[in-house]
Amino acid sequence: MQTANLLPLVLVLAVVAYGLAYMRSRAVAAPIGGIRNLKALPTYYAARAALWCALPSLLVLAAWVGFEDRVIQGIVIATLPPDTWPESPGQASLILSQISNVANGSLNPEFVPEHIAGAASVLETVEDQSHNFKAALVLLVAVAGATFAWTRVSPHINARINVETTLRRIFFVCAALAVLTTAGIVFSVILETIRFFNRIPITEFLFSTSWSPQTAIRADQVGAEGAFGVIPLFTGTLLISAIALLVAVPVGLLSAIYLSEYASKRVRATAKPVLEMLAGIPTVVYGFFAALTVAPFIRDVAEAIGLEASSQSVLAAGLVMGIMIVPFVSSLSDDVINAVPQTMRDGSLALGATQSETMKKVIFPAALPGIIGGILLAASRAIGETMIVVMAAGLAANLTANPLESVTTVTVQIATLLVGDQEFDSAKTLSAFALGMLLFIVTLLLNVVALKIVRKYREQYE
Amino acid sequence: MSVNETIASEAGRPEETIIPVKDPVDEAADAQSAPVEEGKTVGKPNVEDPKFKLRNVEVYYGEDRAIKDVSLDIGRNQVISFIGPSGCGKSTFLRCLNRMNDSIDICRVKGQLMLDDEDIYASKRDVVELRARVGMVFQKPNPFPKSIYDNVAYGPRIHGLANRKADLDEIVETSLRKAGLWDEAKDRLDAVATGMSGGQQQRLCIARAIAVSPEVILMDEPCSALDPIATAKVEELISEMSESYTIVIVTHSMQQAARVSNRTAYFHLGHLVEVNETNKVFTSPEHELTESYITGRFG
Repeated sequence: MQTANLLPLVLVLAVVAYGLAYMRSRAVAAPIGGIRNLKALPTYYAARAALWCALPSLLVLAAWVGFEDRVIQGIVIATLPPDTWPESPGQASLILSQISNVANGSLNPEFVPEHIAGAASVLETVEDQSHNFKAALVLLVAVAGATFAWTRVSPHINARINVETTLRRIFFVCAALAVLTTAGIVFSVILETIRFFNRIPITEFLFSTSWSPQTAIRADQVGAEGAFGVIPLFTGTLLISAIALLVAVPVGLLSAIYLSEYASKRVRATAKPVLEMLAGIPTVVYGFFAALTVAPFIRDVAEAIGLEASSQSVLAAGLVMGIMIVPFVSSLSDDVINAVPQTMRDGSLALGATQSETMKKVIFPAALPGIIGGILLAASRAIGETMIVVMAAGLAANLTANPLESVTTVTVQIATLLVGDQEFDSAKTLSAFALGMLLFIVTLLLNVVALKIVRKYREQYE
Repeated sequence: MSVNETIASEAGRPEETIIPVKDPVDEAADAQSAPVEEGKTVGKPNVEDPKFKLRNVEVYYGEDRAIKDVSLDIGRNQVISFIGPSGCGKSTFLRCLNRMNDSIDICRVKGQLMLDDEDIYASKRDVVELRARVGMVFQKPNPFPKSIYDNVAYGPRIHGLANRKADLDEIVETSLRKAGLWDEAKDRLDAVATGMSGGQQQRLCIARAIAVSPEVILMDEPCSALDPIATAKVEELISEMSESYTIVIVTHSMQQAARVSNRTAYFHLGHLVEVNETNKVFTSPEHELTESYITGRFG
């Protein structure tokens, strides 16, 4: 039986165990005066039975699936004649893939040596047996677990404590999974970054002002020295993000203030979801809007007033990105402004403050941490945004502060470095990891700084 | 919005159902079902030279009539307390006096409400100026999450009452002294106000209210969140302040009303049932409902 079929079967068994244990706990409770005399509610006995049924069997299943391939491969290799045993891991995997190709029918057995064809049939039988054993074992464990729990439905045993403890552990495992994943990503990026800095000195990466990652693939190639100065990329990123935030922060904040303090309930009920829809538009749609509508418009306007402008410009990408991140600022700010207690507003209004004075002097300081949080989220979206920049701001790594020229950003470069056929140990591809690492450090610093600011200026209400 | 909602629900749906069973033992039910004649208030609703002259005031929350044809004078430099069971409309009525009901969308106020012969609800009325003259202290102490100094200085700053820092310092000190908080607060003016005890916070709110030199102070159950010692301090403060301010206080404590106020008004289901000198109301109430309430038979 396949793993995919085994999973739902175990779940069905768990549900059955739940039902049986539930009924049994009621039956146990009936002669002693009802469920009030049980240590826990029937649902807890039932849930414990379901957990006893599902958890151990799923663990067995996971372990089996994890080790199955390696064990089967060992058995298959051992059946080969000793003189054809592989000498290196590479050779072993070559032989194994030949065997499995024969076994699944994509390679005709007549074209391979006889011992391979023989091993292929061994492989098939072993795999069949493994599947059968696996199914039998998993179902056995499931039934055994459920039976054990069923026998332990008793008025003296407190199932509630067991269930709560188990649930707490499951939650912990889920939380740990997220943390470990993050740690794993950071760790692997750090390793690749170190490999990159073994080829390109870190000082060149950080302080050189030219970026041109084309390295020679062949020794006789012309003009492919490769320059890995990160400064033009970061100025591009910062320029575009700054323009985006210049658009998004005032628009988002003021619309949040309008929605929470001035708008009637009906306006708020329609305007807020519509505003939040802006965040749901795919960035590639924003991208072509920026490239086909906004960028040419900016170029035309700039030329009309006698300025030179590129058809792909920082301004176009920044403006459109700013619109895209408005909902991050407005929605979060609106929520925190609403969370400021009404008593604060009343206190201020009763002293004769106007609505805008109340907003400025009482509500805004109290809501500041949340507002900064929203802006930070918007900023990290802006820094990480790739699609709009590719389409509207270009790929040229110019070092400029002129918003009418085209620039490129860190994320765009990471994307272009890894698109297409690449060798994975060249300085070019490794530089993507270094860029990612730097981006990570920058956003981390941004968070730390913002946290400090919030701690310093927040006005905490109860 | 939660405060609005509580007020709306507190004053919004007065139950006018008459309890049909006349059980002679159940005097509370009997008293509650006693008829209140609309617009008829027993006692003495009018005084000479009133600060507030309120005539035929009606307040609606949407379709619900929370205040029904209330006419009342509030005397200059007097303390008047509003008493009555929960939901009788006393807080709603109080909030009409400085137009704090404005922020509730569905709330409408009808009738004539005059402060020193100026219409409070006139369409051109400057609410900021009104609220500077009619200050308010709320049920739950609500100091801003700022320093003690900034809390008191908030009103004077927005009304431009001080030209120099020294003037502002003086206003803060005087207000805190009047609120009896100066000795406790003078060494920690920069400390965050929300770190003080509940009683101190409420006195700070009073100091904040008197810092803009109002003529009237409205107090909406100012002691209901305080312990007896803090309550005694606030009551003492109210008595002292009555020399220079007109004070309107909503309270659930009849002892408090008896201790601090010159006059007492009893509200019932949106009606103003009885107004009189405080000692008259508590010693010889004229209306049967008032008597039942103050003797604790219902409420």
